[in-house]
Amino acid sequence: MEPSAFWHRIETLAAWLLALIWAAPLLYAFWAAFHPPHYAVHFSLTAPLTLANFVEAWQTAPFARYFLNTILYTTTTTALQFVLCTLAAYSFACYDWKGRDIAFALILIQLMVMPDQLLVVNYQTMTALKLVDSIPAISLPYIASAFGVFLLRQNFKQVPIALAEAARVEGAGPLTILMKVYVPLSKSVYLAYGLVSVSWHWNNFLWPLVITNSVTTRPITVGLSIFGSPENGVNFAIVSAGTLMSVAPLLVGFLLFQRQFVQSFMRAGIK
Amino acid sequence: MNPKIARHVYGWLLFTPAAIFFILFTHYPIVRSCFLSLFSNSRGGRPPEFVGLENYHYLIDDPIFWQALKNNLIYAFGTIPVTICLAMLMAVWVNRQMAGRAFVRAAYFTPTILPMIAIANIWLFFYTPGIGLFDNILQYFGYPGRNWLGNPDTALACLMVIAVWKDAGFFMIFYLAALQGLPKDVIEAGRIEGAGRFYFFRRVTFPLLMPTTVFVVFNALINTFRIIDHIFILTKGGPDNATELLLYYLFQTAFEFWDTAYAAVLTVVIMAILMTLALAQFKVLERRTHYQ
Repeated sequence: MEPSAFWHRIETLAAWLLALIWAAPLLYAFWAAFHPPHYAVHFSLTAPLTLANFVEAWQTAPFARYFLNTILYTTTTTALQFVLCTLAAYSFACYDWKGRDIAFALILIQLMVMPDQLLVVNYQTMTALKLVDSIPAISLPYIASAFGVFLLRQNFKQVPIALAEAARVEGAGPLTILMKVYVPLSKSVYLAYGLVSVSWHWNNFLWPLVITNSVTTRPITVGLSIFGSPENGVNFAIVSAGTLMSVAPLLVGFLLFQRQFVQSFMRAGIK
Repeated sequence: MNPKIARHVYGWLLFTPAAIFFILFTHYPIVRSCFLSLFSNSRGGRPPEFVGLENYHYLIDDPIFWQALKNNLIYAFGTIPVTICLAMLMAVWVNRQMAGRAFVRAAYFTPTILPMIAIANIWLFFYTPGIGLFDNILQYFGYPGRNWLGNPDTALACLMVIAVWKDAGFFMIFYLAALQGLPKDVIEAGRIEGAGRFYFFRRVTFPLLMPTTVFVVFNALINTFRIIDHIFILTKGGPDNATELLLYYLFQTAFEFWDTAYAAVLTVVIMAILMTLALAQFKVLERRTHYQ
């Protein structure tokens, strides 16, 4: 065998080994969740499969309600982000108004300091608005997103002016031009932004922890942190089952649309 | 309407809805935090008093703050180089033709999309004394187990291992994109010259990946001041403040000790760090573009 082919095989082997190490924690959680609690620490190929851990996890904590809260919070946030960021990005990309560049510089501050670090004052604001422990309170700090405005503005700027001009000549108003020309030409950016935003908010923890304190508002991450805490004394098989249930929607989505996820995250990161 | 005026009016009208929320939840809190940091807490119904820089003097004398800052630096400088090396290695491997490439890539990337809370739940069990995975391995080889998270010497390292595991696959995708964008003629030239794979990587690929590395380093640095979810599950800042990171300390100050004035000071410190990092990144990128 020539040396390069030999090294090629060694590298493939190493890549596989690292992949196994990387997959191990999740595979292990699957193992623990689908076997009786006893087998969490005893590996045996003949261990019986069971769904009892999932049933028990589902009954121990109000997972259905947590899921509903997360879905409400995530969809509200992403939908409102789409609306507000689209309008703002359209304004920055296509209108030359007084103060535009200063306004744009000011919103870029949010790329450095996000609402997550400003939770002390945002909590006071929510108290003043009487919104503490509500789903809108989880959403509102995120709906004006500098990242979203930035991403959409970049994309709108690449739309040929001639298309907008043609629509204008036909008598279309500013909002019609936005909806008929700019938005349809930016579908892939909306998909990327939507995927990143949904997975980000699905996983968001600190602000929801601070602003919610009841079952009817808590998203799944906060519910899971209470469920899994050692003080709760639930055994590992059941914690694994609960954990897998709460990541299942994202995980399945990711495995089905891997390419879109990876490209979206990349696009979102590079800007 | 006069088209010249219309331009301004439409521009502002379109921006206004977003502007309200930007101001309310980003700009106002920034200004308000700076303001609050100069006042005392209201005690026994008395309104807060202006105390100047007194809260900042307290900060300088606060050993937990310095410990948290030190932990943050250890956390950053311990995880980032390892994460970057692994990310590069993963990208180089996944960029080649090989059997099962899709599985390998998915395995590297999956930790990225999982919530930190779920990850911490799983890893908590690995670190459990006596029955956890790591203790099982140690016992298999005849060593005594240890309390990984309960020992100040190992607790922070436990969190760092998780951070490396979660982030390496994320940064891999940026390197992968960069590798696929490398100029074909350079690669071809290297192949014809018969450059060894490692030599070629060190002298050609690595320097060409530098802009990606700059991007990744700053992102990773900023993340160490932002991502603290696993601390809630694994250590709660303990034992003996060994895993106290700045943002977690801010959370505790604000929502466990309810010390708003001092929490405002910590917010200002974190903002200052994040802005410095962002400006540094901007400077570095600006300088680089002159050479390219």
